[in-house]
Amino acid sequence: MMIEESQTAAMASHPFLSGLDADSLRLLARCAANLRFPAGAVICRQGEEATHFYLIQHGRVALDLYESRHGSHTIQTLEAGEVLGWSWLVEPYRWQFDARAVELVRAISLDAACLREACDASPVLGYTIVKRLTRVMAQRLTATRLQLMDLYGTRT
Amino acid sequence: MELVRETDAGRTALDPMLPQLWTIERVRQETHDTFTLELTPGRSSMGTAAGRFLPGQFNMLYVFGVGEVPISISGDPGQPGRLVHTTRAVGMVTRAMRQLKRGGQIGVRGPYGTGWPVAAAQGDDLVLVAGGIGLAPLRSVVYQVLAEREKYGRVVLLFGARSAADLLFRRELEAWRSRFDLDILVTVDRGSADWRGSVGVVTKLIARAPFDPFNATALLCGPEIMMRYTVDELLRRGMPAGQVYLSMERNMKCAIGLCGHCQFGAAFVCQQGPVFPYPAVERLFSAREG
Repeated sequence: MMIEESQTAAMASHPFLSGLDADSLRLLARCAANLRFPAGAVICRQGEEATHFYLIQHGRVALDLYESRHGSHTIQTLEAGEVLGWSWLVEPYRWQFDARAVELVRAISLDAACLREACDASPVLGYTIVKRLTRVMAQRLTATRLQLMDLYGTRT
Repeated sequence: MELVRETDAGRTALDPMLPQLWTIERVRQETHDTFTLELTPGRSSMGTAAGRFLPGQFNMLYVFGVGEVPISISGDPGQPGRLVHTTRAVGMVTRAMRQLKRGGQIGVRGPYGTGWPVAAAQGDDLVLVAGGIGLAPLRSVVYQVLAEREKYGRVVLLFGARSAADLLFRRELEAWRSRFDLDILVTVDRGSADWRGSVGVVTKLIARAPFDPFNATALLCGPEIMMRYTVDELLRRGMPAGQVYLSMERNMKCAIGLCGHCQFGAAFVCQQGPVFPYPAVERLFSAREG
């Protein structure tokens, strides 16, 4: 019971889940586990099944895109307070990139199947999660567009 | 109308278009395409006011026989006898400028334009957001603030560059980062194997930067689209628009408000700018220019 409460409290303190009601947090806590990844650890690989959704609590995660001729390119890093992955929500549930711990990473891991079940069981929770994830995706899309512009290429 | 008057020292006191001679003390290569010139006054430019400037102002630098360009001042306002300019070699004049050697001479007109509201920001947290070469005019702010650090709240520098190899003033960034009274967050658009820092646009640093948006002044310098999204993020965090200042860049030629090349709406950037409070340029900021 104590462990469940502390897990719920940890989840409530993450920006992605902040403001969620206690019932929703308890529902999500059943899918949650606390994980640590040492520096250099691979968290997920492009093409593999997206079995988890991560709430990063500490450390830095690099998202790498692998291309056979040129190897891996880091396209973005994620830090404490951010989330890793939306592939768990979008069929066919496959990671679109590699994720690697640049330094020690602590994260709350949510089991993807369990999370989808929770969202199906509570459409209000499901809609909340989808709305929040969509905001994250929109921010990252905007950031990616800015990166593509090569902003710093011509200013004198 | 008398435009030129020779003074005792041979200086031209009145002709604002006549450059003063400064001597190149040092040329420092900052990155593959960016360099810094350190200048000391030549005989014709000596005087008590030589090299005095406000952080954010710029000078017109004249490479003789090639041309003249506006370059912001990146040095320490507390050391006015030494002018420091950092720029990228991207055009004919700046490429020629990069070839100049120690002991050579360069023409200087200025300083021109408005400065950052560094004094007015005393008592506030200070948020400096720089993109690429935009760090150069903000370095002067850092120098001035560090000289009177106790007058400010938290001081945060958010800096975005194209890649780790394009990070400007790297040694100083590392030194500032080691201080307990500065928060330095750096990100690059393109990661590399040897870069363990943040990858992504500079705007994403705002959400996690430690400052009180209601009691902070933000100074932004970089590409306009970067500043536009930075303003959005600052406003989203609750910072009042009037506390955001931007350094605008236009095609400045005369630098004294005569030629009109740098017109930006009703303002001439060389005179009313380059530093503007955001509300003064908000309407023009995303307007399409023909």
